[in-house]
Amino acid sequence: MTSADVVAAGERLRELGAVLRLSENDALAAEREQVPDDETMIINMGPQHPSTHGVLRLMLELQGETVLRCKPIIGYLHTGMERTGEELTYLQGPTNVTRMDYAAPLFTELAFSLTVEKLLDIEVPERAIWIRMLMTEMNRISSHLLFMATNGMDLGAVSMMLYGWREREEALRFLQEVTGLRMNHNYIRPGGVAADLPDGWRDSVLRLLDMLPGRLAEYDTLLNQQPIFRERLQGVGAITAEECLALGVTGPILRSTGYDWDLRRDMPYLAFDQIDFDVVVGSYGDCFDRYAIRLAEIHESMKIVRQCLEKMPKGDYRIQDKKVTPPPRARIDESMEALIHHFKIFTEGFKVPEGEAYVSIESPRGELGCYIVSDGSSKPYRMHVRAPSFVNLQSLPHLMHGSLVADAVAIISSVDPILGEVDR
Amino acid sequence: MTDIDAQGGEADTPAEIAPETLFDTLLTRSHGQLVVHPTRETYSALLATLHAAGYHSVIDLCGVDYLTNDSRQLPAGIEPERFEVVVNLINHRERARLRLRVQVPETDAVFPSAFNLYPGTEAMERETFDMFGIAFEGHPDLTRILMPEDWIGHPLRKDYDSGRIPVQFKGAPANR
Repeated sequence: MTSADVVAAGERLRELGAVLRLSENDALAAEREQVPDDETMIINMGPQHPSTHGVLRLMLELQGETVLRCKPIIGYLHTGMERTGEELTYLQGPTNVTRMDYAAPLFTELAFSLTVEKLLDIEVPERAIWIRMLMTEMNRISSHLLFMATNGMDLGAVSMMLYGWREREEALRFLQEVTGLRMNHNYIRPGGVAADLPDGWRDSVLRLLDMLPGRLAEYDTLLNQQPIFRERLQGVGAITAEECLALGVTGPILRSTGYDWDLRRDMPYLAFDQIDFDVVVGSYGDCFDRYAIRLAEIHESMKIVRQCLEKMPKGDYRIQDKKVTPPPRARIDESMEALIHHFKIFTEGFKVPEGEAYVSIESPRGELGCYIVSDGSSKPYRMHVRAPSFVNLQSLPHLMHGSLVADAVAIISSVDPILGEVDR
Repeated sequence: MTDIDAQGGEADTPAEIAPETLFDTLLTRSHGQLVVHPTRETYSALLATLHAAGYHSVIDLCGVDYLTNDSRQLPAGIEPERFEVVVNLINHRERARLRLRVQVPETDAVFPSAFNLYPGTEAMERETFDMFGIAFEGHPDLTRILMPEDWIGHPLRKDYDSGRIPVQFKGAPANR
């Protein structure tokens, strides 16, 4: 693929003109006018539509039942989390960022922690690395199961929603066992993880790994072999690899076009270079490929989890650098200095040297990056999260162009946006 | 501003070391990551060169307001300004990343849009406009994206007072 191909793809998208660029007021004015039969019509879908996965609003320009142009309107969940991040210490940071992608909270925590660790120039212990890998892959499984459930629901396979939810609950149960919470864990922190894996974690993981393959086989019977389901997805919302690159789209959408790119393998972080797994790619770039890739990625994640189980090293789960890690509980009872130290870390936080860094990881939705500028204090001067859903949402008008309104629902679902992350 | 390309033992004579460049643009390293410092004028041309060199995707584009941060490190020859636009590019073939940091003055907060070459910057530039008030020239639809259309002010600017405006309950006193 050459540079010219990508430029040409971008130009093609522009000529197609699938993006509706119309302000809200203009749309309202257009709405009030009487529309003759042969003209196009602008309608709003969302923000309270169940298939919009939260509060995404789409302004659709329709001709009959065909979508001509579309404008995703976002910001309904915007709570200024990047600003909040500037007012919290680095230790409090994960509690904030974990609320961005609420379906895969551990990934944002991980991206944030890795960036802070890069700025601090510290390396976390081996065991912390493997715990992080185990937990994020578990989270990837639960996130993709959520997609399976909602995707089924959006397409009218309501029983699928119950099955997907059932399995996700099992995965969340494991996360709860380890972190104490089902979501918004605040488990991965700068310097390591919050707590060691609890007793009996191996059995819990194995139980899950034994249970899932059978259940995934049920999905296969229920969905893959169902003609209606295939009909709804195959050939719908197709995109090419060049268009994805031009739009900055990453993750399963990019892989569905056959473009072989996964940060875990291509720019390894944590210890993914020591893990054997496959990057699943599609060939048509349509909704079915995106669905099938996520299903296959659950299998790959299970492979990774199994390897984490085998290779989990012994040792400490957080760095024993007094600068970032509070003293152990037992020390606080016997040492005044330890108590002061503990107090200082949790009230003032630790200082991070001046500088800036960008670290990115492969979240279930694509490249999740965190850019932090530090001014040497204990709070980030600027914290920016590159949310994959936010960028992936730009592909929506192009995917929808020329398809039916009913397909629009399938397309939104296959992009799998998490609006908490889009709006931040 | 400090010259940070002085690494290793021979750093005693930093003036003798010629500044590192990449595509004729000043290059620095930040924690092992490559950062280039084009100016607003050279930014568009540099993007075209980078695109041809295999940097096919703008992964991230965001703004930073350096109003209250004077600890920033820039290579010699780059005049610090209040705003900075930070662009992260990726080269999939060589598995390389590159970060662009471009200075934008407060008095003339306009910036060339990368939309024509990288259509994916559309939403990110809108977000930067929304949050920092940096106007992107040549952008097809420069409107607010996260904040309401009639919002006044740019929330991520350092002189924007946070926690002051009761949004939901109009007329109620602020709690901070």
